[in-house]
Amino acid sequence: MKIGVFVCHCGSNIAGTVDVVQVAEAAKSMPEVAFAKDTMYACSEPGQQGIIDAIKEMGLDGAVVASCTPRMHGSTFMRTVARAGLNPYMFEMANIREHVSWIGKDKVANTRKAIDLVRMAVAKLAQNKPLYSQSFSINKRVMIIGGGVAGIQAALDCADGGLQVVLVEKTTTIGGKMAKLDKTFPTVDCSSCILGPRMVDVAQHPNITLHASAEVDEVFGYVGNYQVEVRKKATYVNWKTCTGCGACMEKCPSKKSKDPFNELIGTTTAINIPFPQAIPKRASIDRDSCIKFKTGKCGICAKVCPTKAIDYDQQDEMITEEVGAIIAATGFDLMDWHVYGQYGAGRYPDVITSLQYERMLSASGPTGGHIKRPSDKKEPKTIVFIQCVGSRDKSVGRPYCTGFCCMYTAKQAILTKDHIPDSESYVFYMDIRAPGKMYDEFTRRAMEEYGAKYIRGRVSMVYPQDGKMIVRGVDTLAGAQVEVEADLVVLAVGAEGAAGSAQLAEKLRISYDSYGFFMEGHPKLKPVETNTAGVYLAGCAQGPKDIPSSVAQGSAAAAKVLSLFSKDQLQSDPQVSKVDLKRCVGCMKCAITCPFGAIKETEVRGEIKAQVIETICQGCGICTSTCRQGAIQLQNFTDNQILAEVNALLSSETEEA
Amino acid sequence: MDKELRIVGFLCNWCSYGGADTAGVGRFVQPTDLRIIRMPCSGRIDPLFVLKTLIGGADGVLVSGCHPRDCHYAEGNYYARRRLEVLKRFLPIIGIDPGRFEYTWVSASEGQRWQHVVTSFTNQIHALGPVQRIGRQSLAKACSLGTVLEPLA
Repeated sequence: MKIGVFVCHCGSNIAGTVDVVQVAEAAKSMPEVAFAKDTMYACSEPGQQGIIDAIKEMGLDGAVVASCTPRMHGSTFMRTVARAGLNPYMFEMANIREHVSWIGKDKVANTRKAIDLVRMAVAKLAQNKPLYSQSFSINKRVMIIGGGVAGIQAALDCADGGLQVVLVEKTTTIGGKMAKLDKTFPTVDCSSCILGPRMVDVAQHPNITLHASAEVDEVFGYVGNYQVEVRKKATYVNWKTCTGCGACMEKCPSKKSKDPFNELIGTTTAINIPFPQAIPKRASIDRDSCIKFKTGKCGICAKVCPTKAIDYDQQDEMITEEVGAIIAATGFDLMDWHVYGQYGAGRYPDVITSLQYERMLSASGPTGGHIKRPSDKKEPKTIVFIQCVGSRDKSVGRPYCTGFCCMYTAKQAILTKDHIPDSESYVFYMDIRAPGKMYDEFTRRAMEEYGAKYIRGRVSMVYPQDGKMIVRGVDTLAGAQVEVEADLVVLAVGAEGAAGSAQLAEKLRISYDSYGFFMEGHPKLKPVETNTAGVYLAGCAQGPKDIPSSVAQGSAAAAKVLSLFSKDQLQSDPQVSKVDLKRCVGCMKCAITCPFGAIKETEVRGEIKAQVIETICQGCGICTSTCRQGAIQLQNFTDNQILAEVNALLSSETEEA
Repeated sequence: MDKELRIVGFLCNWCSYGGADTAGVGRFVQPTDLRIIRMPCSGRIDPLFVLKTLIGGADGVLVSGCHPRDCHYAEGNYYARRRLEVLKRFLPIIGIDPGRFEYTWVSASEGQRWQHVVTSFTNQIHALGPVQRIGRQSLAKACSLGTVLEPLA
């Protein structure tokens, strides 16, 4: 076998701490290596052409590229090798950037390590065999999980593109966090006026099936052919007959139920429609506050319902949806602000969150759009906004900037002045982060036109005194302590991944970080893809972002799905398991351990043998390490290939010192 | 640090290999002893790979996969956990210090954790020192004493 080795400088990224010329020189003496050379940027056009030319001129059978991680450019170079006429699997990569040059400054040790990694890659490549993919058909339906603005945008774009869309929403209405907002920055246009019509579009679109009050229970399958078990949670109202007339809400005697839509600042009835523009506009019963469920006596809603839609015996219903791709758009939740004991969060009624304040500002909110402090329902005159509550604060484990709080605080300060002209707003901030079209101008307006007093500094504590909330902090620009007697304190609480996002990530087999945000495929180049083929991300589920960015990502995810579905057949990854019939004894242990049901029993000349269904096999190789006979081998990761790497490494130093 | 030792890492592609990449992108400086072999899944790791690597002369073997419940292949790391835990308990029986082998879980976002894992495992192996190598001379000597030994590796 004739192997070519190409060692990349990556500018100074690798060459700065690895002697790449020496690595290439050392490669020349490795077994099977016919050609070795260093190259400035292997991934650049001349770099790739150099590889192609060398393969053709030298008649190479395979190539090793020593450069960055295969997770970054593995597929790039596989295509290069294919363009040179070789099978793309006659290629290996040695990761001498992320795993060598970037993590150590000792050039001698780094060079030695790089040579070892190249030797291992060469040894593996010597065992590689050409692999060929198969094509399989795809189910051109898409599931979108989460009906916030990002999910709505993705659903509408996919549906307009002609795809059948299944939208799954956890709560009883779509709209997400945006539906709770009164106005949006930097235009101060009404949130429900711009979101409402899109929600109606979702309800009316012939290509969209909406499952509200539903959650994803389990996910099976693979790109192109997922089966998703959806749990439609009992609402105790038959939504097929409910018309959303609201007669039940008027008569329900249990009027002190928790109102999660209004962020718990108001109360609602046990049977309720969360807000007037809800989609679907259907009632549901909160079991925990319903008198019928608590005492067995009541049943008023059932009596007044004109369509007899109330069904106290309703159970959760399981349905299976078959789709080819999934977009996760599960959004965010506020981090638990009760950890800020010094601000009295949770203890003092007049210290509220920005989202609660938003509901107070909203004309359809519990106060009818009048700002009233929760303790005595009086109109506050002095309002203090505290920013970065749960953002950029390592002490509570939230080192990141949520990003949109600076903007909505400015918006709330402006709206406060509109609602109460003789009010005074104070904003305690760390830095004002307003990058975006018209964003900085907007925060300027809050200060200059609306007279919001911005104080650069942190608040040390908030405590009640004589019916006021005393806010003590520091003005770092003036270098002085400040104390503000406030009527109401609004905390700009930071965002974290929505509750349950970690569990969903595990079902979708995608990665997530410690804050509950899903990991994108690549931080720059794959912002809406994940590492699981056919699963995409949109909106705050991937990280905190404002409405325009969420909408953009919703569209981007839809575009990814549409391009995936533009083909009728997908090419399978040929790195699947293969059974050696001579070795297989038909114990079928591989079939028991396979997580995907990709192995079936078959009979060959009267003997039981295992058989891999290639389009279902995902290439994990659990079967290979289970098989005692070594009969089932994961292609491209066979026992021989892995042990060749081990041996190549250890044989370089087996002699006694 | 003293002379570099032979440490082999078997890492799953989706979490730990990505975590090691994230550590690299973040320039989290690590000891240079470790050589990483990329695996599709920790469930692909045959305990015999670990044994063969140790018997073949490695001073330490590190296995890392996705956190339990977060496997790209749903349940591969559960198989890995069972197999590798049994292996670890079995090592002293065949005369290998169990401290030469560790398995752990590092996700693709945990670059800093990977730095910590590599650093502490490398320190652990350096504390144990290099393994006693059975080179060709010793083998020849052993064979000359009448013992029948297959060449290892």
